[in-house]
Amino acid sequence: MSEYSINILQREMNQTIVKNNVRSDLFGLSSEILHKWYDEMLLIRRFEEKCAQLYGMGKIGGFCHLYNGQEAIATGSVGAITPDDYVITAYRDHGLAISKGLDPRRILAELLGKSTGTTKGKGGSMHLFSREKNFLGGHAIVGGHIPLAAGAAFASKYLDEKRVCLCFMGDGATNIGAFHEALNLASLWKLPVIYIIENNKYGMGTAVDRASAVDALHLKAAAYNMRNQVIEEGHNVLKVYQSVKAAVDHARRTYEPSLLEVQTFRYRGHSMSDPIHGLYRTKEEVEAQKKLDPLTMFAEILTDANLGSDSYFDAAEERIKIIVDECVAFTENSPEPPPEELYTDIYAE
Amino acid sequence: MATKILMPKLSDTMAEGVILKWLKKEGEKVKQGETLVEIESDKADMELEAYDSGVLRKILVHEGGKAGIGAPIGIIAGVNEDIAGLVNETITIPEKPQIKEAANEESKTLLPSLSQPGSPSIATDNHVKASPLAKRLAIENKIELRRISGTGPQGRIIKRDIEPLIDGNKTISAKVPASIIPGGHRDLELSLIRKTIAKRMQESKQTVPHFYVTVEIDMDPAMSFRDQLNTATDSKISFTDILVKAAASTLMHHLNINATYLGNTVRQFGEAHIAVAVALDDGLVTPVLRNCEQKTILQINAELHDLAERARSRKLKPEEYQGATFTISNLGMFGVEDFVAIVNPPEGAILAVGSIVEKPVVRKGQIVIGHTMKVTLSSDHRIIDGAVAARFLQDLKILLENTVSLLL
Amino acid sequence: MPVVSYREALNQAMDEEMARDERVFLMGEEVAQYNGAYKVSQGLLAKYGPKRIIDTPIAEAGFAGIGIGSAMVGLRPIVEFMSWNFSLVAFDQIVNNAAKMLSMSGGNFNVPIVFRGPGGAAHNLAATHSQALESLYAHFPGLKVVMPSNPRDAKGLLKTAIRDNNPVIFIESEVMYGEKGEIPEGEYTIPFGSGEIVREGKDVTIVSWSKILQHIATKAVSRLVEEDISVELIDPRTIRPMDWELIYNSVKKTNRLVIVEEGWPFAGVGAQISHEVSNHCFDFLDAPIERVTQEDVPLPYAHNLEVASLPNIQKVIRAVRKVMYLD
Repeated sequence: MSEYSINILQREMNQTIVKNNVRSDLFGLSSEILHKWYDEMLLIRRFEEKCAQLYGMGKIGGFCHLYNGQEAIATGSVGAITPDDYVITAYRDHGLAISKGLDPRRILAELLGKSTGTTKGKGGSMHLFSREKNFLGGHAIVGGHIPLAAGAAFASKYLDEKRVCLCFMGDGATNIGAFHEALNLASLWKLPVIYIIENNKYGMGTAVDRASAVDALHLKAAAYNMRNQVIEEGHNVLKVYQSVKAAVDHARRTYEPSLLEVQTFRYRGHSMSDPIHGLYRTKEEVEAQKKLDPLTMFAEILTDANLGSDSYFDAAEERIKIIVDECVAFTENSPEPPPEELYTDIYAE
Repeated sequence: MATKILMPKLSDTMAEGVILKWLKKEGEKVKQGETLVEIESDKADMELEAYDSGVLRKILVHEGGKAGIGAPIGIIAGVNEDIAGLVNETITIPEKPQIKEAANEESKTLLPSLSQPGSPSIATDNHVKASPLAKRLAIENKIELRRISGTGPQGRIIKRDIEPLIDGNKTISAKVPASIIPGGHRDLELSLIRKTIAKRMQESKQTVPHFYVTVEIDMDPAMSFRDQLNTATDSKISFTDILVKAAASTLMHHLNINATYLGNTVRQFGEAHIAVAVALDDGLVTPVLRNCEQKTILQINAELHDLAERARSRKLKPEEYQGATFTISNLGMFGVEDFVAIVNPPEGAILAVGSIVEKPVVRKGQIVIGHTMKVTLSSDHRIIDGAVAARFLQDLKILLENTVSLLL
Repeated sequence: MPVVSYREALNQAMDEEMARDERVFLMGEEVAQYNGAYKVSQGLLAKYGPKRIIDTPIAEAGFAGIGIGSAMVGLRPIVEFMSWNFSLVAFDQIVNNAAKMLSMSGGNFNVPIVFRGPGGAAHNLAATHSQALESLYAHFPGLKVVMPSNPRDAKGLLKTAIRDNNPVIFIESEVMYGEKGEIPEGEYTIPFGSGEIVREGKDVTIVSWSKILQHIATKAVSRLVEEDISVELIDPRTIRPMDWELIYNSVKKTNRLVIVEEGWPFAGVGAQISHEVSNHCFDFLDAPIERVTQEDVPLPYAHNLEVASLPNIQKVIRAVRKVMYLD
């Protein structure tokens, strides 16, 4: 989460949270972190809902791919790394950008093509970047970023840094050539990259079993002699955290990469232009998945651990609403990029 | 707080949507996040969720109805809230930031590329093929393109056709340095050629009683004759070549022009040795083409080329600039329409040739565009009278206007 | 001045730049143990070790992408394609990632990478191993395209390419690797966008580059001299950025332009040069601009057909005589 969001939270934090002994299946995570994670996932959810509304109003153009339902993956994964580590993903990148610490006001500004956006309005929804936060994008060609991730890991090893790179991709990307070439090279050369497949079961509208010869996508790692694991409860932020942490620790120790498959679900269509259900999945399937909402699940876990209550969660909604409203206000008050920007950032000095 | 439900933009290319099914009825409660209505977009059937909680007070567009993006399709409000105002309000649809059509500042230069700065009098370009370089040089040096025959493909005028003319222009002023102050003067030594010309021209004007007859010739036949000739040979036949031939043929029928005054007698020549005036740096020389009455146009062309070149490089032998019976002087390439020349003694006459001018002419009672050329015969009145000169010119004109007779 | 071969010049450039900057490394098929498919990287593995001279499997998209990713976060890779034909497998990585990263990321990430290797035809290599692809890459803003025609330029330009903070497409020529030439003593670089007047002349300008300049254009010029035609021969050295002023000044002097290139005619580099010159030198042209290109067909295998398809001396002489209105 960005410093901006954290500051808001600290301002508004409900003081009556009980911070007593944490359960063992909370992996030694402090209540601060756990609360931060809840707020973060809620922020991602409400942010994406606002994006949907703004897209419907015609204020966001082009493609917009929403993360609703997958929040646990972003929060749990980024929770397992440090700010020095790299994160790179495809075009469903708003949630990960928020987790990695990009200012949500500037993310929204980017989606509306304003000059105050994370990439000066020149990237848009699919191209959020931040060198400062080690967020390597935001990429639109399916699978095109997968070799880049191995490259970032390569550089870390070359320069004797201890960084790892988390590389997120969809289930559809495991069928394209760049995936296979990159995984082979990462395993062959021992590059500290953790590949995380966000398996939400569908490409745009093509189910995994109609696209991949192998259903258990993580097993594709076997072709490359790569450590791999499936996380069946992708809606459980703690389970995600646990698996990603293990992979990260392994990479830091041995430089060996991993392929993780997180089974998850997206509540919206592939992009804003695509139906939530219909030709490729039924409404019932969507409704059934909503019962495994990462937010509700985590709220239950927190409540069980005496770290949450209705009043806490309502207060969280209020906090997040303030942040999202500020994002909208910031964006609406921001200008479009000036025409001269057309010719900047083409060649570096 | 009453809010309008707006037709959402459900795909990047959607312009309007069709209401498929309302999932709530008027008066029903609605919770934020609940699916409200199913809409058909240009790509797929999509659902719209409520952004606010309240009561669905009014449906503005019913099932089967269409609405544009951003148009209101319903109103959600409190159960007793007054919504009359909202129902009647008109909406301004928020614009998606469009990429402005840059460069609507389209080049206003839709002028034909032939437009030239200055010199509208040089109306060369519509019918004349010339390379861009040639056109520019022509304008810069005030040369009329239509007077030039191009040696490029399809008669394109190219650099080498213009360059010699630039040299010609420059030679006239070549000896005038820019540093001369108007009002001042300087003295230049006369060259041999200059001295010779001075003496002979003075002598001619002082002793030969000159008179001048001008005739205007329709040159369209000669022009097409020349074009035809040029398809049959690699050499480039010029108008001067044709003129020399025509003059030679006509002279044979007018020996009284092809003559010289000897005091008590007039000598008439049975051969036409025609001198053609060639401009030099510091004067003029008249190399002689011998026996033109017997030579073909092709031979005349070749010989004239050779003689002119050697004249310019001062390599003429004496017998090559002596012994003419008639002289032709052509200032047409400088845009001169007509002029009078001075008879070259001991010859009886000299023909001054002007440029070919495109102008309206009358043919068969109609005004059409034609090409004409003026020639002026200066004659020695001691042996040639007005009618004699006129008849010569009349026959020359007929010959040039019926060029096929040149082959006889 | 030292005399070295084209491949030695490239080797020296890489060696010097790797000694100068630890972040520079070389990656490609057979570049390390095998000492380079064309021996360009000979001896580098022994000197710098396997960390910096890296053999890759046959996976152009993969290793080009790794190069780009590593360049985004601080390294300065040299990626060798065994031939530029194979770069097409990595085309998405090069044009969608390398070329656009600075722009799409709003200035966050630049990509200081050099892609290099031999391009164009050799002998009897047939259609897919003989392509001249410079116009393809020159089309993309964000890339630079460099094509040295001799050892001196090869070394100076490769050093500049390695130091450039942008992706550079560096196209060499297999058949020139063994050709020798003088290079300056000591440290030197050649800037991009600076062409060379190989030979001064006054009757016609010929613009050509790389192997075709060396093997065809220069020979045609010698023959034309015997026919009393004075040719001004220009080597732009870099296609993007192109030294336009050099070409314009020459055409303004000679009034005639012939472009001799190895690529196919449609949308080739010569088409761009032709447009720019006719735009900027319109009033100085005495004849339409002529191009000598490869024939508009995939290159066949048979020797006689290959020769007929590629530019040759006769075609150049014919083009020159045409713009001079001889014949």
